[in-house]
Amino acid sequence: MEEHSPLAQFEIKKLIEIPLGGIDASFTNSSLWMMISIILATAFLTLSMRGRAMVPGRWQSMAELVYEFVANMLRDNVGSGGRRYFPFIFTLFVFILFNNSLGMVPYSFTPTSHIIVTFAMAVVVFIGVTIIGFIKNGTGFLKLFVPSGVPWFLLIILVPIEVISYFVRPISLSVRLFANMMAGHTMLKVFGGFVVSLGLLAGWAPLLFIIALTGMEIGIAMLQAYVFTVLSCLYLHDALHPGH
Amino acid sequence: MPQLDFATYAPQLVWLAITFVLLYVLMSRIALPRIAEVLEERQKRIQDDLDKAERLKADTEQAIAEYERAMADARARAHAIAAENRARINAEIEARRAEVEAQIEEKTRKAEARIAEAREAAMANVREIALQASSAIVERLTGENADESALTAAVDASLGDRGCSAIPKPGSPLALSPSSPWSSI
Repeated sequence: MEEHSPLAQFEIKKLIEIPLGGIDASFTNSSLWMMISIILATAFLTLSMRGRAMVPGRWQSMAELVYEFVANMLRDNVGSGGRRYFPFIFTLFVFILFNNSLGMVPYSFTPTSHIIVTFAMAVVVFIGVTIIGFIKNGTGFLKLFVPSGVPWFLLIILVPIEVISYFVRPISLSVRLFANMMAGHTMLKVFGGFVVSLGLLAGWAPLLFIIALTGMEIGIAMLQAYVFTVLSCLYLHDALHPGH
Repeated sequence: MPQLDFATYAPQLVWLAITFVLLYVLMSRIALPRIAEVLEERQKRIQDDLDKAERLKADTEQAIAEYERAMADARARAHAIAAENRARINAEIEARRAEVEAQIEEKTRKAEARIAEAREAAMANVREIALQASSAIVERLTGENADESALTAAVDASLGDRGCSAIPKPGSPLALSPSSPWSSI
């Protein structure tokens, strides 16, 4: 019965035990799908460009599309100063995109449906952006918390709000991605259970719903990769240009 | 809820770090430079083509301008040559006409002179014949020689009455007979 729980799909299963000193570094199903994701992503982005064609084919067009999509996102949201963070932002987008999308393959595993994974990425972004902010602006970075052109009595309320909202960023960023992934997969599983339990007579109704939901979940997989990346870009913009 | 099983956090974080760093290295070292290179090359190529098209367009416009200038030149020269020819031909015609007119005048004058001469001669003959005839008539009728002076006076009076209208004066329409100088042109 435990196997048919909608949450069973999120269980971490150790495939190879690797005790690394005091740390458990075992190779799990999550590790496996992360590896598959990065291998497929690298294969997609390198093999498609092998021809270096002046007029791109289908695969090369797609690879260039992803590149230009992220490059435009960075340019529009961060500006010219964001050029040197492009590899990181690109890696972030591709990593989340492939992990989310491969999660839609039946019997696969979605590493981004785990809060610890999304939270770790969000914390890396948060700490990185904060460090960049202080390196680029020194204490001027603190102006981020003080909106300009606001009377002093409002600042008493606004500054704590700004500070709290700043520190909530990694939580909101990680929970948004994790919750979207988990909710979608859970819902698919629940309705999949309905199809089986309702049988041939009425099972087609939830089946139709699953078909529609699968399409939507693929959309969400891509959209959430975009949202996570674009918010990282906006935080980076705040770090480079702290004045409101 | 498997997401809250803290025992699984360590392996997930370790492998997240490994895979993410690996992907970062692969992207920043291999994939991204390659895509950027291709895109830049294409951008450069397009720019080159656009520049070339711009250059060719300028060349074409210059060629058209040159052609039009050459056309205008040629037209102007053609006009000049035509005007010159016309002037020359007109001058020639004028000269030839003047020459011919001079010839005609010359011939007309000569003919008139000849006519005047002939007339003089004819007039002289008429008077002589009239005198002789009248003398002969008087002699036949009277049987004696007629008075010379009276006869001369009578003949002159008679010639003075009609003789002038009988012989055409030069310049009158009758001077342009078929033997006039016009037939010799």
